[in-house]
Amino acid sequence: MYELIAQYPFLAALVALVGMGLCFGALLGFAAEKFKTEGNPISEQINAILPQTQCGQCGYPGCRPYSDAIASGDAAINRCPPGGEATIAQLAILLDVEAIPLDEEHGEEEQAAIVAYIREDECIGCTKCILACPVDAILGAAKQMHTVIVSECTGCDLCVEPCPVDCIDLLSEETTVQSWHWDLPPPTIIATDRESSLADEEKAA
Amino acid sequence: MLADYSILLIGAILVNNFVLVQFLGLCPFMGVSNKLETAMGMSMATTFVLTLASACSYLSYNYLLQPLGLGYLKTISFILVIAVVVQFTEMVVRKSSPLLHRVLGVYLPLITTNCAVLGVALLNINKDHNFLQSLFYGFGAALGFSLVLVLFAAMRERLAVADVPSPFQGAAIGMVTAGLMSLAFMGFAGLV
Amino acid sequence: MRKVWDFHGGIHPAENKYQSLHTPIRQAGIPAQLTYPLSQHIGAPAKPIVEVGQQVLKGEMIARADGFVSVPVHASTSGTIVAIEERMVAHPSGLPAPCIVLESDGRDQWVELRGIDDYHQLDKPALLEIIRQAGIAGMGGAGFPAAVKLGVNPQAGKIETLVINGTECEPYITADDILMRERADEIIGGTRILQHLVEPTETLLGIEDNKPEAIAALLAAAQGTDVEIVVIPTKYPSGGERQLIEILSGKQVPSGGLPANIGVVCLNIGTALAIYRAVTHGEPLISRITTVTGEALEQPQNFEVLLGSPMRFLLDQAGFQAERSTRLVMGGPMMGFTVMDDEAPIVNTTNCLLAPTETELPPPSPTQACIRCGLCADACPASLLPQQLYWFAVGKEYEKLENHKLFDCIECGACSFVCPSSIPLVQYYRASKAEVLQARKDLAKSDHARLRYEARDERLERESLEKEAKRKARKEAAEERARQAAAAGNEAEADPIQAAIDRARAKKAAAQQAASDQPPTGETPPADAAQLAIAKAMAARATNSGQSPLEKAEAKLKRLRERLANSETKLQQSQAADADDTIINALQSALEKLRPKLAEAERELASLQEQNEA
Repeated sequence: MYELIAQYPFLAALVALVGMGLCFGALLGFAAEKFKTEGNPISEQINAILPQTQCGQCGYPGCRPYSDAIASGDAAINRCPPGGEATIAQLAILLDVEAIPLDEEHGEEEQAAIVAYIREDECIGCTKCILACPVDAILGAAKQMHTVIVSECTGCDLCVEPCPVDCIDLLSEETTVQSWHWDLPPPTIIATDRESSLADEEKAA
Repeated sequence: MLADYSILLIGAILVNNFVLVQFLGLCPFMGVSNKLETAMGMSMATTFVLTLASACSYLSYNYLLQPLGLGYLKTISFILVIAVVVQFTEMVVRKSSPLLHRVLGVYLPLITTNCAVLGVALLNINKDHNFLQSLFYGFGAALGFSLVLVLFAAMRERLAVADVPSPFQGAAIGMVTAGLMSLAFMGFAGLV
Repeated sequence: MRKVWDFHGGIHPAENKYQSLHTPIRQAGIPAQLTYPLSQHIGAPAKPIVEVGQQVLKGEMIARADGFVSVPVHASTSGTIVAIEERMVAHPSGLPAPCIVLESDGRDQWVELRGIDDYHQLDKPALLEIIRQAGIAGMGGAGFPAAVKLGVNPQAGKIETLVINGTECEPYITADDILMRERADEIIGGTRILQHLVEPTETLLGIEDNKPEAIAALLAAAQGTDVEIVVIPTKYPSGGERQLIEILSGKQVPSGGLPANIGVVCLNIGTALAIYRAVTHGEPLISRITTVTGEALEQPQNFEVLLGSPMRFLLDQAGFQAERSTRLVMGGPMMGFTVMDDEAPIVNTTNCLLAPTETELPPPSPTQACIRCGLCADACPASLLPQQLYWFAVGKEYEKLENHKLFDCIECGACSFVCPSSIPLVQYYRASKAEVLQARKDLAKSDHARLRYEARDERLERESLEKEAKRKARKEAAEERARQAAAAGNEAEADPIQAAIDRARAKKAAAQQAASDQPPTGETPPADAAQLAIAKAMAARATNSGQSPLEKAEAKLKRLRERLANSETKLQQSQAADADDTIINALQSALEKLRPKLAEAERELASLQEQNEA
């Protein structure tokens, strides 16, 4: 056999490489079967971070479709206004991507928590808002008074449009002594960056 | 005998560290070291690949290529072996931790082109290691890579929140840090 | 000498206590108006039980406790309630809070008090109830309701050690010192009540060695009792609950845990004294000792002040010179906060009012960059890593903050005190704690919202499935009926649709038949009932147009007479059958309308007949 190989080294090389390729290919094929994965668990983890207001401001009909889109790479992580910067930061940490600023096209981040409030004098009992609420936070029935359960309301804004008499307001919760907290001190700028930050301020002014 | 193998290990891990002294495998070193968890995941994957790849390369060289006089094909066949091992590793990682798989992203298949892996395989041939020595050498290289990767990731995490001047932020200060680490590791020269 | 241990870190700031110790406790007197915030502690706010205009006596309950962690509020002097509304309170936010406002009448009349002579007769729940109803919350700093702290905690084991905190480690404050000097007996009395309540193995009263007179007074008062007075070296912050426990017992309170977890309960001496007065004299907590000190005052001293008095009231009595003071601090220089409005009321945690001058407490130096010197970690009494906490707070890395035990920080300020770059470290930790708690709350809320959303999705799906199922069931039932009917040979039942079509066709054919039976009018026979009616009307009109006016009038009269006769018979029938009044009324009104018409028609006919004859 070695004589054959010595005579036709090219053939031997070919045989060796093809043989190795086939062998390894078979091994990989077997491994691919054995290590099959189902489903998309990343989407679950992303969904757990999103604020679950189901408001649709991201352009997807709910938080689950948006998390699926992020998991499959179709959507950027900066499209959720109710989640704001904090959610973007958490998503960036989870997916090991850069934390980009919020995409203003989809809405601005609210600073305080907002809650819907129905002006009961004007309510006509049409149940359109009840059907619209994604978390069933409105209590009421046809021709009966409707009211918002404040503790369940996520401030998603979906009930305001369907109301035919426009009796729903979105109010921000006031800060009381109980809910007040300290703010972070202003950040210190190190000397080498001070000049550039001054220049930025001048440009902005 | 034990002394020989320990010297081999110490040499691969510290004295001739593959990343900081021999400057191989810098791509995943810089790319994956932003977070400690990903760095640890990557180092485990690379250890697995390196050990397995150095064993398979040794076997394929000594029992297939050498007897057939096809020693000149070692580069191509090592690449083939490494690619197969990396594919296999990728399947295992995707099964066991989909998040790690997604986070490692493209760096997992890039282990194929990691010069450290091919380097270990070729160096084993150059140094005429036997099977066990090849295995230890590969494992030691992987340990050295993991050690440095984890250290570097920990430092980069601290750097991320520190007061770094803006021209230096990100990769620049990372490179400076890597250079300083490399200087430190050169202190091991002459140990073995 | 009992062995004492030491805690890690700590600092030694200048004590500055001598200024306020020249004079004994002075009674502050009764101010014109007193304000009682409804929420004076961590628990739920109290609920007012008085109304505006109501007269109350001193010691009367004006707001009841709401829930388990809550204490009632009592009027500290007699007078009239003038308002229950939002007023400025002493809080770092500067926001107002709901308060009850009392206008004093100067008489200071007590409500009827009932003290207990021998509290040993009482069982523990009864004693706890007395303490709770007396409105006693901690007087050391946090103001936690004492009854809750002393209550049965099923998670903790037996309390081995009762610690009474007389250390008062913060500079400037001497309220506890002077209390111990003057009222040591009552303090020991309160301690013995607590001993009866808690039944500890040992009772320790910790006091720093910079208070020799107080130590002497306490030793004298504690003679014959098993209360042990333990003197510890002066260091800030030995007065912190966890630090004092570590000094006295050598054991550390576990991270995130309570002292009860290691069998210790710790109360301030002021609280012990208040408990004594509540149990033996029945007095609720309505006054406390407050140190008023600082160089901007002429006579710094300690006052016994009624709770609810405005701070201004005390400051005036101490000779406050507003032009010399930069700010007003409630609490000490380390842990106090600046009060914006000096009309804010004194509450049970106001241990000190500090009115410093510019040189005494200069404004903080500008913050510089952290040089990573590590002095803060040396000083931290809770053995934390302030430098790491600082960097994580700046970078908002909440997970790492929690891992580095951010919530074990007691916010004592030792780290900021030693920082060479004047970084306000405690502010970072306070803000970060709030952010971490807010993040936890947000996560809980979003999880809850997700569950509700999924439940709603499920409900909608279930409803649509049910509807679908019902529709299918109905369809199947109909098919079943049809099959059965077909088997029985009943054409109509078998296919109701076809039966309906057949019926319609039959009706049409019958109509056609009826039309074809009519005499021919020269027109094509009408095809259906509508056309038949139209044909009839047209025929009638044709006959009508052929008639002369006289004939028309006669025909009209004849028709009207027929109608009248019909209506009359109908009315008689209804009346005979005793039908509804409405029907009878309707028929009568129809009749009444017909009669004029009939008369009109007759007149017309008569005139036409005249014309004809003429």
